[in-house]
Amino acid sequence: MAFARSRQALAIAGVLGLALGVTACGTGNDKKSSKASSPECAAYEKYQGHDGKKVTIYSSIRDIEADRLDQSWKQFEDCTGIDIDHEGSGEFEAQIGVRVDGGNAPDLAFIPQPGLLKRFVDSGKIKEVGADTKALAEQNFSPDWLKYSTVNGKLYGVPLGSNVKSYVWYSPKTFKEKGWSVPTTWDELIALSDKIAASGTKPWCAGIESGDATGWPATDWIEDVLLRTQGVEVYDQWTTHGIPFNDPKVADAVNKAGTILKNEKYVNGGFGGVKSIATTSFQEAGTPITTGKCAMHRQASFYANQWPEGTKVAEDGDVFAFYFPAVDPAKGKPVLGAGEFVSAFADRPEVQAVQTYLASGEYVNSRAKIGDWLSANKKLDINNVPNPVDKLSVQILQDPKTEFRFDGSDLMPAAVGAGTFWKGMVDWINGKDTTTVLNGIEGSWK
Amino acid sequence: MEFDFAAEQPKFLMLMYGLIAFVAVVGGLLLLLDVVPAWFDRRREERLIAAVASGAPLPRRRKPREGLFALFFLLPTLLLIAVGLVVPAIRTTLLSFMDKDSSDWVGLANYSWLFSEDSIVRVLINSLIWVLLVPLVATAFGLIYAVLVDKARFESVAKSLIFLPMAISFVGAAIIWKFVYAYRGDGDQIGLLNQIVVSLGGEPKQWLLESPLNTFLLIVIMIWIQAGFAMVVLSAAIKAIPADIVEAARLDGVSPWQMFWQITMPSIRPAVIVVVVTLSIATLKVFDIVRTATNGNYDTSVIANEMYNQAFRYGEPGQGSALAVVLFVLVIPIVIYQIRNLRQQREG
Repeated sequence: MAFARSRQALAIAGVLGLALGVTACGTGNDKKSSKASSPECAAYEKYQGHDGKKVTIYSSIRDIEADRLDQSWKQFEDCTGIDIDHEGSGEFEAQIGVRVDGGNAPDLAFIPQPGLLKRFVDSGKIKEVGADTKALAEQNFSPDWLKYSTVNGKLYGVPLGSNVKSYVWYSPKTFKEKGWSVPTTWDELIALSDKIAASGTKPWCAGIESGDATGWPATDWIEDVLLRTQGVEVYDQWTTHGIPFNDPKVADAVNKAGTILKNEKYVNGGFGGVKSIATTSFQEAGTPITTGKCAMHRQASFYANQWPEGTKVAEDGDVFAFYFPAVDPAKGKPVLGAGEFVSAFADRPEVQAVQTYLASGEYVNSRAKIGDWLSANKKLDINNVPNPVDKLSVQILQDPKTEFRFDGSDLMPAAVGAGTFWKGMVDWINGKDTTTVLNGIEGSWK
Repeated sequence: MEFDFAAEQPKFLMLMYGLIAFVAVVGGLLLLLDVVPAWFDRRREERLIAAVASGAPLPRRRKPREGLFALFFLLPTLLLIAVGLVVPAIRTTLLSFMDKDSSDWVGLANYSWLFSEDSIVRVLINSLIWVLLVPLVATAFGLIYAVLVDKARFESVAKSLIFLPMAISFVGAAIIWKFVYAYRGDGDQIGLLNQIVVSLGGEPKQWLLESPLNTFLLIVIMIWIQAGFAMVVLSAAIKAIPADIVEAARLDGVSPWQMFWQITMPSIRPAVIVVVVTLSIATLKVFDIVRTATNGNYDTSVIANEMYNQAFRYGEPGQGSALAVVLFVLVIPIVIYQIRNLRQQREG
């Protein structure tokens, strides 16, 4: 070898020393300092005093929506000096458990399933919300909403964003051309479907494929129909296992949903027969409305983001949504929806400050202005909600006649709500009969 | 979208940390490997010189300290295996006897659940089908291909074509094949398989929905990936057969059929076993393909997929652990067979 051994060693040692030196330089101090005294920070005065502290948040929110989140609390960060570090994950439901059990819990998490929230409360991981937060939450949210994050009389989370699921998307343009009118009762809905089917168009589009969450859109159908056929009391008994999952009342609702979803004459515009619902992704499912291959698609408010670019979402535009009609409108206006809850795994003062801020009217309005977002927070000013479907949703949520109920599969234990219920719906669409499917789900609820 | 270097600064910083850590660790190890033996050598040289100078008898060459040195490198590995493998294995086994909160002992409840629940029995059967079919078909395919292209023209091109899928991740492969199996009710089919069916005058089918056909279609994906591996190993083994044996057989006038069964197969038997064993273990662990293609729906789930669902998504760590233990128990006989086989070869 041409190289002397000692020199070679020297060279390696040199590289090593250089590397260590650079590492030392790299760890710069990037703590934020507040601009607390400036006038635009007056609103944040009560959250101040935690300069340079860091709060970590873990959620399922990613990409553009995550950027909007960061934007929404920018001023709060600037004024209080609290650094909010948000991390979104596509595997949130599975990973949050791993992180919490592994002793690596985030300070705050946005939990979209009350069932999951309760599991962490039962194992003593989630901290009860502080007194300030509780007072503000009670002021800004209806008792209905707080119920979902209350366990044994104590509040363990604050509602954040919301969505309304009881919508049927349609094309106002096509409806006008063909002379169809928006139905206001279940019977009108079926009559309209028959009329559309007779005209040669498939009235409904549906799709329940959603990666590892395949099946959830069908659970929404069942929940929405059960709310309409049996009312909120039976619905509450069902989600809390007060009545068995395979109760005849539930079976009746499933069969009623089946009169649409399992009707070859009604589905599935542009995709094939009934079975194609199982393999059509929920994102794609509604798009044939824009090409006239189907007329209606039952899906939540957030479906507004799924339309092809250039589609005008408005009451007089290419697509819009109407309220999924009640069977008997005289019996009230049930609304199915969902949302996420801000829960804390740490009770440091700066964590509580962030939790309180997220429950405030200032926060929801600042987030809503950025777009495509809404909350059940009563302080939300409808003028700050730009999107027409979101506006409609806020109206529904703030309407005192509305009987709001949370997505049932999110309330159930995960093994049922995100397990056998989803799987059972896939089998149901795929041809299994209602009784077998419901018995199977009931058997898994322990 | 514009790429803003300044905005990506944290990521670049992380990347730099990673590089630096890599250089530090690898550099440190190299330094150690270089400096320490050199130091021992120098010591020995000095002693020799001193002995020669003083006229004393030359010191006997000490046993090299390789044992000590090996231990030094073995220790971190043993430690990492203990932390990353042994401890979790023991913990998983314990968890499989506990309830969903991992707080109370429930005995064999999780195991009886495993064998009584219809959907889980289906999962076990599916895993069995996988582990029977994939190693056999992939090895057979690889073997036939290796024999056929051996010494053929464009051999390297033909081999690399089969080997290419190895370079694709399981998730990527599953997505590719999902397009192959894709279904559109009316209008243009976007799936290759359905397009072929339609152009032959058939009706398009929803391939991934029909059990048990769908399990076999998923197995095709795994075979597509692994046949290349089998082919490469077996081809190397075929090329390693001593030329004089082949020549002797030729002079004796064997037919190609006899050549394959009397000469080639016995000579490459060890390689075939290695390939089958490796593929069996890889197949038992299969997760990505099923999760990406169907997520275990339509009766296609396998043990690893169900284990993940139970333990992490449904909050049933007891049941998930029981599935993990079953998987572990299933792998053990294969590993034992492999070890015994290696030992026999060494003796023979």
